Amino acid sequence: MPRPLDPVSQGTRVTLGVSFFILFLAAWAFATLGGFVSRTFLADPITMVQDGWLLLTRFGFLGDIGITVWRVVGGFVLAALVAVPLGIMMGAYKSFEAFLEPFVSFARYLPASAFVPLLILWAGIGEMQKLLVIFIGSVFQIILMVAVAVGNTRRDLVEAAYTLGSSDQGVVKRVLIPANAPEIAEILRLVLGWAWTYVIVAELIGSSSGIGHMIIDSQALLATGQMIFGIIVIGVIGLISDFLFKALNRSLFPWRLA
Amino acid sequence: MTGTILQIDSVSRVFPGVRGGAPVRALEPTNLQVAQNDFITILGPSGCGKSTLLRIVAGLDRPSGGRVLLNGREIKGPGADRGMVFQSYTLFPWLTIAENIAYGLREKGMPKAQRQEIVASYTEKVGLLGFENHYPKQLSGGMQQRTAIARALANDPEILLLDEPFGALDNQTRGLMQELLLGIWERERKTVLFVTHDIEEAIFLASRVIVMSARPGRIKADIPVDLPHPRHYTMKTTPEFSSLKAQLTEEIRVEAMQAEGVH
Ligand SMILES: Nc1ncnc2c1ncn2[C@@H]1O[C@H](COP(=O)(O)OP(=O)(O)O)[C@@H](O)[C@H]1O
Ligand SMILES: [Mg+2]
Repeated sequence: MPRPLDPVSQGTRVTLGVSFFILFLAAWAFATLGGFVSRTFLADPITMVQDGWLLLTRFGFLGDIGITVWRVVGGFVLAALVAVPLGIMMGAYKSFEAFLEPFVSFARYLPASAFVPLLILWAGIGEMQKLLVIFIGSVFQIILMVAVAVGNTRRDLVEAAYTLGSSDQGVVKRVLIPANAPEIAEILRLVLGWAWTYVIVAELIGSSSGIGHMIIDSQALLATGQMIFGIIVIGVIGLISDFLFKALNRSLFPWRLA
Repeated sequence: MTGTILQIDSVSRVFPGVRGGAPVRALEPTNLQVAQNDFITILGPSGCGKSTLLRIVAGLDRPSGGRVLLNGREIKGPGADRGMVFQSYTLFPWLTIAENIAYGLREKGMPKAQRQEIVASYTEKVGLLGFENHYPKQLSGGMQQRTAIARALANDPEILLLDEPFGALDNQTRGLMQELLLGIWERERKTVLFVTHDIEEAIFLASRVIVMSARPGRIKADIPVDLPHPRHYTMKTTPEFSSLKAQLTEEIRVEAMQAEGVH
């Protein structure tokens, strides 16, 4: 038995990680191909791959993927543009925090998906509605998390800056922001992951394109292979965006790893 | 001796009690005059209000009573005219060593070319040539504190405040750092206020040792150190040094016993 907290080598780590995927796939294939689960409810892996290939080559699924990615990125960027400056202000200025924090804490628990019907009334079923769902789902989370990060800035660094002649504004710009930039980037990476779940919900209800729309269409046809393929595509895109975000953070903040 | 640069005028500090507890009288009304070019060490057991006094001079804390005058002007808050080196490592981790040293100059709006010249000169003075582009994390504790001293000095403050800057370093490194700081002082004659709880350190560096007592914190003794300059570490074994050390050890012992409630 391994000891608690004992590290494993990189090779072992990869092997173990990959073997679970294989195990998972094997269990799925065994249940479906072995005839233990009805094909109507769950497609087998081979059908899933065939359906997926068909989706990509015949039914323009790449276009759906593109539109979904665009919605996530669009809504998320809008939310970040609003939330990061607000969060920094809240973290830096306690009166600003006292003013906004109670409302934002409340708004954070409003489920973005519950806004979908309301947003359809307000904004129709166009792109604006999709962007708003993601915006509402992300903006309050980012504000609060950034505010907490900035509020927890090491006091001694702030004091050092003051004794070196920094003004209040100088402290915000040249201590609070750079000190928390890596953490803010981490927060954005995390919230982007959540934004993926909101977009699918928005597309499941009242949409004529996107991955979520394809999944709901396939449900009507009992095409479980297509549905599973759609879900897996979401997972893979999430994984890729996460990886890119991590790589970007590493190259932007070399001092963190130094 | 030249004129007074810093005047501490019956400065006291009472911290409000936490959750209904009794207020903490960290500092009784304290008077101290610091002459230009003095190297003053403030010596006392932990908890006797050394940091509190230094932070009030730095403008990072406000006195409950009294005032501090720098060149005749009352101190209202922190400023570039008083450089501070902290016990904790406070280099900005996102800036390189050179950028850290240049921080105050940049805040002043000094042009880059001029900045580089000053940074180069202080990097050399604290023996960090070749480390300009390293990040603080890549340096040892001693090197980080040398950078912090360079960062404070590059700003050309009227007075340099140091709060147990070598407290977290091992003995050998601490000795080297003391010599380095003293060497800089012997050449530049900056006015220095240096807080420590280490008796040898207090004597070796100082032209004047201020002994503080605990509960409530106040100045107990003011002892001039007339050992000649330049000082070399071998001085720590001379009879003059030893007799000063014996005298201060006795002063501090009584204080430490009182602070710990031993009689
Ligand atoms: N912010 C604070 N709030 C309450 N009490 C404090 C605070 N800072 C210091 N004290 C108390 O004041 C006394 C002196 O502290 P300090 O100046 O840090 O001592 P020293 O630096 O000599 O070790 C201690 O009893 C400490 O607990
Ligand atoms: Mg202290």
